Amino acid sequence: MSEHSSSQSPPDRRPLIAFAWLWVGAPLVYGVYELVQKATQLFTK
Amino acid sequence: MSPPVAPPGWSRWLVPPAALSVHLSIGQAYAWSVFKPPLESALGLSGTQSALPFQLGIVMLGLSAAFGGTLVERNGPRWAMTVALICFSSGFLLSSLGAATEQYWLIVFGYGFVGGIGLGIGYISPVSTLIKWFPDRPGMATGIAIMGFGGGALIASPWSAQMLESFGSDSSGIALAFLVHGLSYAVFMTLGVLLVRVPRSEDRKGTESGPSVLEGPQVSARGAVRTPQFWCLWVVLCMNVTAGIGILEKAAPMITDFFKDTSTPVSVSAAAGFVALLSAANMAGRIGWSSTSDLIGRKNIYRLYLGAGAVMYLLIALVGDSSKPLFILCALVILSFYGGGFATIPAYLKDLFGTYQVGAIHGRLLTAWSTAGVLGPLIVNWIADRQEEAGKDGSSLYTMSLFIMIGLLAVGFVANELVRPVHARHHIPAPREAADVGTQQQPESA
Repeated sequence: MSEHSSSQSPPDRRPLIAFAWLWVGAPLVYGVYELVQKATQLFTK
Repeated sequence: MSPPVAPPGWSRWLVPPAALSVHLSIGQAYAWSVFKPPLESALGLSGTQSALPFQLGIVMLGLSAAFGGTLVERNGPRWAMTVALICFSSGFLLSSLGAATEQYWLIVFGYGFVGGIGLGIGYISPVSTLIKWFPDRPGMATGIAIMGFGGGALIASPWSAQMLESFGSDSSGIALAFLVHGLSYAVFMTLGVLLVRVPRSEDRKGTESGPSVLEGPQVSARGAVRTPQFWCLWVVLCMNVTAGIGILEKAAPMITDFFKDTSTPVSVSAAAGFVALLSAANMAGRIGWSSTSDLIGRKNIYRLYLGAGAVMYLLIALVGDSSKPLFILCALVILSFYGGGFATIPAYLKDLFGTYQVGAIHGRLLTAWSTAGVLGPLIVNWIADRQEEAGKDGSSLYTMSLFIMIGLLAVGFVANELVRPVHARHHIPAPREAADVGTQQQPESA
């Protein structure tokens, strides 16, 4: 870290990180859920 | 456009979701088949004609990644993601216009040509940046992004199908679905454009647990294609992808044919479930195997993909029809290796050529994917047709294809064994300065 950055505490990025992962995670979970539904047909039908 | 440099305190964990927002979007390409039947009935197209937008899109992916890689390195990931967003979304909007006016050429041009440029530039856009942020875990970082490309189809396939069901499968319904796709993907990809940052010079000198990104040889994209290492990896990727596509292309008919004369035949819906399971293995392999490569090394992981992959093919060929669980297990492992091969290659390139122009080198290497995309289906389909003409059926339809795949994997294995460190004459003279090119601007405000 540079001298400049150590003198000022950087803003808390955790809310932004959570939002960003939720943004991409939510549709991915939907896709995986649909996939699992379909994949179970291999064992049930 | 200057590459967006991270302000102090910027978290590197913001970069993977930025990459994912692009890859999850452009991965929609593999769900194109959802639009095929409605387009065929609405516009009176043949199956071959309705596949044209996808095929042109994949060709443009390879070409734009190969020829646009240097521009991506020069202008940075935000520029690349913006270009990808504009092209990919515009492709859908043009397709919407084409469907509304029943001008099919506009759909081919829009989705295939314009959207295809978005695919290629989008695919390579975050690779170099991720490797620079995660010098300690490049395999995991690129694995996350490239897993997104596999995940994109999982999202788009049910989503597009539901949309067509709601809007209707006539030309106006298809037009509306294309319009919604274009606008939604533009919004979704905007996150990537806004979040992506290249690390500052200080951040790139190494992390708490990782080595400096500037360590090791640095080779330019132009120099890399002159090395035998590049072409060895080209063969490795091409063979690995061809072998994976060999299964993927004929998965549903293959499992049906293998067990049709047994006491447990496979129904159509069960075969669809098998294809879905293969997609899951493909996606899991991208993140799982690529992350494992950070621990056991790139050369070793490709030994596994190619060597164990050949053994899996051999098992399917010899005893696949005697045990359904064994057949399924072997196919899943092969598909996980297929995905892993895609996701690990950027980190392998980084190991050999450094981070200087790794995105551009990756773009050039993707021509191996385009070649495999033609080779794999060609081999499996052509041989299956010939075997059928010869009166064969069941698992024997595929025996020859499976042995050809084993041969291809053996070729890839040898090519991987031939990979050695790049000779010093290919290194750029001042690696530190070259690697810092474009990252000396003032950090952006948070």
